[in-house]
Amino acid sequence: MEPEDQDSKAVATLDPGPDKVIGPGHDYGTVTDEIGGVVFRPFLKTPPQMFIGFACAFLLVNLFIVAVTWLFVRGVGIWGIVIPVAWGFAIVNFVWWIGIGHAGTLISAILLLLKQDWRTSINRFSEAMTLFAVACAGMFPILHLGRPWLAYWLLPYPNTMWLWPQPRSPLIWDVFAVSTYATVSFIFWFTGLIPDFATMRDKAGNPIAQKIFGVLAMGWRSSARHWARYQKAYLLLAGLSTPLVVSVHSVVSFDFAVAILPGWHTTIFPPYFVAGAIYSGFAMVLTLAIPVRRWYHLEDLITMRHIECMSKVMLGTGLIVAYGYAMEAFMAWYSVDQFERYAFVNRMWAGGYWWTYWVLILCNIIIPQLLWSRRVRMSVPAVFVIALVVNVGMWLERFVIVVTSLTRDFVPSSWGMYYPTVWDWSTYAGTIGVFLALMFLFVRGLPAISIFEMREVVHETDATHAHGD
Amino acid sequence: MLTETKVFGQLGDLYGIMAEFDDPESLLNAATRAHSAGYREMDAYTPMPVEGLAEAIGFRSNWVQRLVFIGGLCGATGGFMLCWWITVIAYPHNVAGRPLNSWPAYVPITFESMVLIACITAVVGMLALNGLPRPYHPVFNVEEFARASRDKFFLCIEASDPMFDLDATRDFLKHLNPREVMDVGS
Repeated sequence: MEPEDQDSKAVATLDPGPDKVIGPGHDYGTVTDEIGGVVFRPFLKTPPQMFIGFACAFLLVNLFIVAVTWLFVRGVGIWGIVIPVAWGFAIVNFVWWIGIGHAGTLISAILLLLKQDWRTSINRFSEAMTLFAVACAGMFPILHLGRPWLAYWLLPYPNTMWLWPQPRSPLIWDVFAVSTYATVSFIFWFTGLIPDFATMRDKAGNPIAQKIFGVLAMGWRSSARHWARYQKAYLLLAGLSTPLVVSVHSVVSFDFAVAILPGWHTTIFPPYFVAGAIYSGFAMVLTLAIPVRRWYHLEDLITMRHIECMSKVMLGTGLIVAYGYAMEAFMAWYSVDQFERYAFVNRMWAGGYWWTYWVLILCNIIIPQLLWSRRVRMSVPAVFVIALVVNVGMWLERFVIVVTSLTRDFVPSSWGMYYPTVWDWSTYAGTIGVFLALMFLFVRGLPAISIFEMREVVHETDATHAHGD
Repeated sequence: MLTETKVFGQLGDLYGIMAEFDDPESLLNAATRAHSAGYREMDAYTPMPVEGLAEAIGFRSNWVQRLVFIGGLCGATGGFMLCWWITVIAYPHNVAGRPLNSWPAYVPITFESMVLIACITAVVGMLALNGLPRPYHPVFNVEEFARASRDKFFLCIEASDPMFDLDATRDFLKHLNPREVMDVGS
């Protein structure tokens, strides 16, 4: 591919500071070139970190293929799951991944409705993250089925056995919620990309790239009539996705809360799961955006303001999660229910997994309090480390909820421990590889920042300047 | 004022006359003036949505939201009826003596189906109303038009407009302070 930078003016890639969403000196052409330039960069001029990162991710993809193949050959017995802990890593990872996805929808939909100007340069990126995270999430319940090739039995379809799924069960709600979420996330992401596909089509020097982007743009010609309908449809998608994202994680929490198991059977689960999902999702957006911003010198488009705002959302949702933990413990005590109380004693110090609970408190509640300090929020390495810590913490939260509750239910004769095997870890690490590999390909192959929305930001910034002068 | 006109495509079959502008404000102004001059068959092309532009060229449509509403209604009805039909007709199952038509349990599936069908309708409806996918369009004949997806703003008065007159319309557009005026063949 040829570089297409002839008519772009050189823009100094400087971070404009914490109050700006875009660097100085940008016009419609320069944002187009800077974002499109990432895609049209010659293959060998890709930053070396991208090659190394993709190579590592690809190794993990291979690990995933091996782990899944072995699973198909031998069955779920290769995992550490036992009775009573039949859910194990598969469900921990499912909830973790789907939670990560939620920040993408939150950024693209809710912040659009709230007209937050810092949403624009990170929304495309986080929508892609949602899509890939949901893909990883969706694999786990299917792999966890004894016979994954019969996964279509989950769907209501006329069959010769005249059997139907049970629509009163949260597990079937989950099938509907997750498949709707995956479809809507894809539609939202793709719709946002259509005008940018047209830009890429018109910019591409290479005829093959031009054809591919041309097909994807479907003949988009930037007409005012088209924009009017487009904006309406986009706004409606945002309006519909907002309750959807809340419903999806509520339904995921019903998988637990509707069961009578101590530690699961609680009404605080839906709001607390949704807050936790947003918390971990923002942590993942930061984990991904910070390196990409540096490798491709996008500091003037993803500015300190973006990083600071995301840190604040992380801090806020983290506090809701902390409230959730406190309420769970309080309700266990207040209920005077011996099984609920025991579930907590077991979770905090008596059971074999007590340390996971305290590491979780450290990662999710104590360390993120550093974000109260503006100096910490303004330090990119510090925010990056805290985001990684929160990712770990939120994974542990799901581990604590799923595993410690299942190990000790009502009757001591049915107690048992769960120890993950190497195949549990391989499948988990493998999906991280799948996720990262897809992210690397996305950043390299498609405009990772919404170009047409950045032009709107340029327009608004110009308008404010005109007023100020 | 501009004096020369560039010609693109085959002029035997004229699609319209297009003017190119540098910024959204000049285009918006030009579109408003073209509309008040009586032109109706026209379209504006911009690299990003410009507020008020569709109204300025006299475009009003509520069909996207109507379609989404209908789609949502169909989705919700379909989702609810599916649950009802499964639990009451196709596969009745007594769960703890509760009625077969246990409608509160159908709410999540009803909601998800509503969102799913409404979202699909929003996008498919938007594309269909816009007449997309449409790989060829006369405006693509204009070489400069590649910048409509980059940094330039265009107004095209179409030959099908009853007021359209090759010279008069061209002169009219040239008076609107464009960078360039071009004939678009089809």
